[in-house]
Amino acid sequence: MSKELIRLVECRKEFDGEVVLDSINLAIKDKEFLTLLGPSGCGKTTTLRIIGGFLKPDSGKVIFDGVKINDVPPHKRKINTVFQKYALFTHLNVFENIAFGLRIQRPKLSEKEITRRVQEALELVALKGYEKRSVSQLSGGQQQRIAIARAIVNRPQVLLLDEPLGALDLKLRKDMQRELKQIQQQVGITFIYVTHDQEEALTMSDTVVVMNKGEIQQIGTPVDIYNEPNNAFVADFIGESNIIDGIMVSDHLVRMYGRNFPCLDEGFAPNESIDVVVRPEDIDIVPVEQGQITGTVTDVTFKGMQYDIIVDFQGFKWLIQTTDHSPVGAKIGVKIDPDGFHIMKKSEYSGLYGDYSSYSAEYDELSADPGDGGQEDE
Amino acid sequence: MTSFRLTPVTEGRRMNRSSAPAGFKERVASVWLPVKSFLERYRRQSFAYPYVLWMALFVVIPIILIGVYAFTSAEGGFTLENFSGITNYIPVFGRSLWLALVATAICFIIGYPVALAISRMDAKAQRIMLMLIMLPMWINFLLRTYAWMSLLENTGLINRMLAAIGVFDWINAMHSGNPNYTPITHFQLINTNGAVVLGMVYNYLPFMILPIQSVIVKIDPFVIEAAQDLGASSRTVFRKVIFPLSLSGVISGITMVFVPSVSTFVISRLLGGSTNMLLGDLIEMQFMGAAYNPHLGSAISLIMMAIVVICMSVMNKFGEGEEQAVVM
Repeated sequence: MSKELIRLVECRKEFDGEVVLDSINLAIKDKEFLTLLGPSGCGKTTTLRIIGGFLKPDSGKVIFDGVKINDVPPHKRKINTVFQKYALFTHLNVFENIAFGLRIQRPKLSEKEITRRVQEALELVALKGYEKRSVSQLSGGQQQRIAIARAIVNRPQVLLLDEPLGALDLKLRKDMQRELKQIQQQVGITFIYVTHDQEEALTMSDTVVVMNKGEIQQIGTPVDIYNEPNNAFVADFIGESNIIDGIMVSDHLVRMYGRNFPCLDEGFAPNESIDVVVRPEDIDIVPVEQGQITGTVTDVTFKGMQYDIIVDFQGFKWLIQTTDHSPVGAKIGVKIDPDGFHIMKKSEYSGLYGDYSSYSAEYDELSADPGDGGQEDE
Repeated sequence: MTSFRLTPVTEGRRMNRSSAPAGFKERVASVWLPVKSFLERYRRQSFAYPYVLWMALFVVIPIILIGVYAFTSAEGGFTLENFSGITNYIPVFGRSLWLALVATAICFIIGYPVALAISRMDAKAQRIMLMLIMLPMWINFLLRTYAWMSLLENTGLINRMLAAIGVFDWINAMHSGNPNYTPITHFQLINTNGAVVLGMVYNYLPFMILPIQSVIVKIDPFVIEAAQDLGASSRTVFRKVIFPLSLSGVISGITMVFVPSVSTFVISRLLGGSTNMLLGDLIEMQFMGAAYNPHLGSAISLIMMAIVVICMSVMNKFGEGEEQAVVM
């Protein structure tokens, strides 16, 4: 897990004068599950295609195992790809689809070896016995497994996955997430995974790379990315966040709404202007007189596991997730433990996110819509 | 009642004019409503009826007539003589099939690379190229073939040009020592099998290019990328992915070139001369020419149809899997 396998150095890419990737630097370790996460048009697919060799960076270097591979065509890279819409060969059956890469290998593999490895790959994706089927007879999930088997059978050092679960329904997506993670651990190779689904990224990855506007916003473990977001964009994109304007009075003391709150963060200049992140689940609702600050409930949505409550604090609306019901219009107090605060330096994204004024019940469904990914490069 | 209503003629006219819409509407409605409800019930299918009627009148019935003619004699009785007489024309069958085959093969060899090249251009260039390929078809078929005549004739443009640059003088000079040599003044271009094949290729090439091109452009670019990704060089990608996926286009191209080629009579008449008779000429002669014998003509037509149907069904069997693949 420690050895570095791929490095992108100052990679830049423009399409028709529009900067799609702006000087990306990224190191990818061997046997790592790395996810490129970001909204449509953030450059994640472009990054993947540069690694796969389908695009050349305008400037910068792509280094694989210590060797510069900018000019190596895709078919000579020890990298295979699982495409978003599977891209199976419809004129071949399941067996021949998987055997495609093996059959064109030189020196030639024996028929016995090919059969053995195809069987192995089919077993890995739990589709044994499907050899003779036509790929068009398979369901979306099965087609995706074939695409994975077809890519893995070549024993690449790196597998690139471009929103591979984007076309599947939610339940199947969850199952496949778990399965993909298992496959990655079983075959022990590097996975580079592209998605716009933050939950997917957090569930599967060793490392998450959050991208926006062609730039890397943050690289870190899922826990780091969630608990210690670098800026308002990351905080908002990963999970739910209330992001409030504040001042870092001194180490361990943050000021917002004209009040001081104890926190755990340090290392800022005295009285530095900062963004405060408070996750909805880190907020306790208490009686008004015990609250650090008080507000009015404006909206309550039952979510099964919890209530999503929108609370108006002096015109800025917070999202609070709690198991206790509070009726609309109720005055409530809130209490936030010191470890509930996360302090971020001001960035270009300050003030753009974190207010829940426009929150509605449909919000979640809209943001979970998988239909928008993948096309950003065209 | 009726007479009463109609008596004041002038009055009635005027009355009619004002009340006519009501009466007229009802009458129209009485006819139209059942038609309308029928059309509504079979909305989709009803659009096809004019064509079905057309096909029945001008395709199905004539084919039945051909069948009847082929199995009857001039006196009207049933006979198989028309078919047994065909053995005399086996060389014509052979030449027709052979020339059509050669023309189809040449169309494929020229057409496939063109189709492939066009399908790799951007959308605008594709449109222009397709228009250029269609362009000759805007000119009358007969006219185009006549144009080739004037090019290929012994005193035609090509031979005159060759003479002008001294090609024949040069050839004759080479043989000047040979007493048995008769000097030539032209190449025999017209009235040869080559000229017939040229005419077929020239006229039917677009029918090879268009279906192949339309299938290739529909191949998912990600499928090609997937093949490259799995280690296929561009030659392997073509051999193992693009070509197999384009087979359905190849098959319709072959059909659309072979069928008209095997039955043409204009091209062979104008460019092949009287000695290079093809099936089309033979059939035409039985109906229009001196040899008037529609019974024999019908028998030959039936056999030609059978040959074409057999050829096509073999082709379709060959490409069945791909056809489905492309439909996907």
